[in-house]
Amino acid sequence: MAKGRKINPKKFEIGQLKIILLILPLVIFMGMPIIFILNHAFKPMEELFAFPPTFFVKNPTLENFSKLIKFSDSSGIPLSRYLFNSLIVTVITVGLALLLTTMSAFALAKIKFKGRNMLTQINQIAIMFVSTAVLIPRYLVICNLGLIDNLLAHILPLVAMPVALFLVKQFVEQIPDSLLEAAYMDGATDLDIYLKVILPMIRPAVATASILVFQQVWTNMETSSYFFSDDSMKTLTFYMNTLVNANNTVAGQGMAAAASLIMFLPNLILFIILQNKVMNTMASSGIK
Amino acid sequence: METQAKAAPAAEAAAVVPKKRKRNKISRRENNWRGWLFIGPYAVIFSVFILIPVILAVILSFTNFNAIQFPQFVGFLNYITILTNDAEFMKYVLPNTVIYAVIVGIGGYVLSFILAWALCNLTKPVRTVFALILYSPSMTTGVAMTVLWKVIFSGDQTGLLNSWLMELGVITEPVIWLTDTRFLLPIVIIIGLWSSMGIGFLSMIAGILNTDATLYEAASIDGISNRFQEMIYITIPQMKPQMLFAAVMAIVGAFQNGMITSMLVGNPSPGYASQLMVNHIEDYGFLRYEMGYAAAISVVLLLIVQLFSKGANVLLTDKDPYGKKGAEEEDG
Repeated sequence: MAKGRKINPKKFEIGQLKIILLILPLVIFMGMPIIFILNHAFKPMEELFAFPPTFFVKNPTLENFSKLIKFSDSSGIPLSRYLFNSLIVTVITVGLALLLTTMSAFALAKIKFKGRNMLTQINQIAIMFVSTAVLIPRYLVICNLGLIDNLLAHILPLVAMPVALFLVKQFVEQIPDSLLEAAYMDGATDLDIYLKVILPMIRPAVATASILVFQQVWTNMETSSYFFSDDSMKTLTFYMNTLVNANNTVAGQGMAAAASLIMFLPNLILFIILQNKVMNTMASSGIK
Repeated sequence: METQAKAAPAAEAAAVVPKKRKRNKISRRENNWRGWLFIGPYAVIFSVFILIPVILAVILSFTNFNAIQFPQFVGFLNYITILTNDAEFMKYVLPNTVIYAVIVGIGGYVLSFILAWALCNLTKPVRTVFALILYSPSMTTGVAMTVLWKVIFSGDQTGLLNSWLMELGVITEPVIWLTDTRFLLPIVIIIGLWSSMGIGFLSMIAGILNTDATLYEAASIDGISNRFQEMIYITIPQMKPQMLFAAVMAIVGAFQNGMITSMLVGNPSPGYASQLMVNHIEDYGFLRYEMGYAAAISVVLLLIVQLFSKGANVLLTDKDPYGKKGAEEEDG
């Protein structure tokens, strides 16, 4: 690396130790709740209510998880039903969102058509969209489409995600036009280009978009709370939340901790797997 | 994006030329239906679930609507009520929202820049681990973590915070954190800050890592000697697009996060102590069924977010052509 450049060092130097020491307290503070939930979920009853309360688990057990399963069985709708709903909804939403987002990104970045600038602008403004603010009109829309208690009410409201489209579009713009031109010259159609040139080249952006959509769907509670009256159609997040809120019973806390962990882990694992690709995409995330 | 080409300096224009040539070529074909074919499905869903709800919110905000009878047109009454007649809004909700947005939005933004910059001065393995830890709270948007905060801020001796503070001798008897109106807003703010290292933070890391290496060399020859000067004079000017993206994300996050309050202490929160605008919307829309009024608050909220984002735009959009080039053509 060049002299004077200190960003992104290749090897460890003493100077870096200062920085590590400076931010370490903050990193610990930020990481602590996560560590705590990891420990809390595996605590046996006596540790959950120990006095003084403990931070780390001493005798880890799966008790909380088995209780969670039993409890839901006794309440009429088994946990597996909620899990099934969540999985189906998440898989379909992420898949559909990725398909539509990449198609749109291709159009906005590489096809010149009437209305393109307008659509780009609208999407850019929609990044600032606060979805909770329009919960009521959304509810009315869902009502009028007859989607109350329909699985689609979990899926469709979350498919269009302006931030995801923005990030993927920025990434597609980096693909050199000469490459596409050459393919068009060889007689490729738009569909060929989309499938064989664009998609393989924007994998990092697709990974990023999938994480964003996944996080939004997996932890979403609004759809379950407002668009569904049939409990058996609601998702895991909703069930977890009723657990957290509805019981101050002794057993409740352990179950809720286990439930939280179940909600959190998939996010973490997905991000760890894809983090390299995410950073790759973020490089082109700037708004110009 | 291409509107930039007009005002862009020579250097940038040169980079844009090949793009232009291709556009002319492609535009010779039948383009309109091709573009719409690809963007159509997204556009439909976007319209139905984002655009129409926003338009509906604007329309409803001029009506009196209780979700059963047909909405009645009332003109600006709802907006006038917000400004003059909603004591809770003026006394609690608006100040709370402003305080929350300033600390979590601006504070979280500055914090994520400082952290991003610090991480970029470290080697890759260390950086990756730290970034993962800092980013992970933002994955769990509220709900999943409610139980965690309930345990930490539990009002009796088994609460983690109470137990720690008592051990340290700061307090002598347990504080009932989640009903004490003095602490509700600070608690919600801490939770907000905790989860504020989101995608904007990642964007800033990437922005800093992508700054042009040669500029640092030149700067060191020109006498820039410490990391701080480097950050102010080289790093920030080069990564303004990422700074803007992160700013928008921070603003949206600051106004959108509020559901955690409802989860933690109910809606309305005790004494309205931690009531934010999103909670107020939920309160009026789904608890009192005054949907017209709730819609008016929604519109105000959306406008405030737009206004702040415009502000960020003015502050961070680069007027000098030198900086503009920076991150933009980097990977191209």
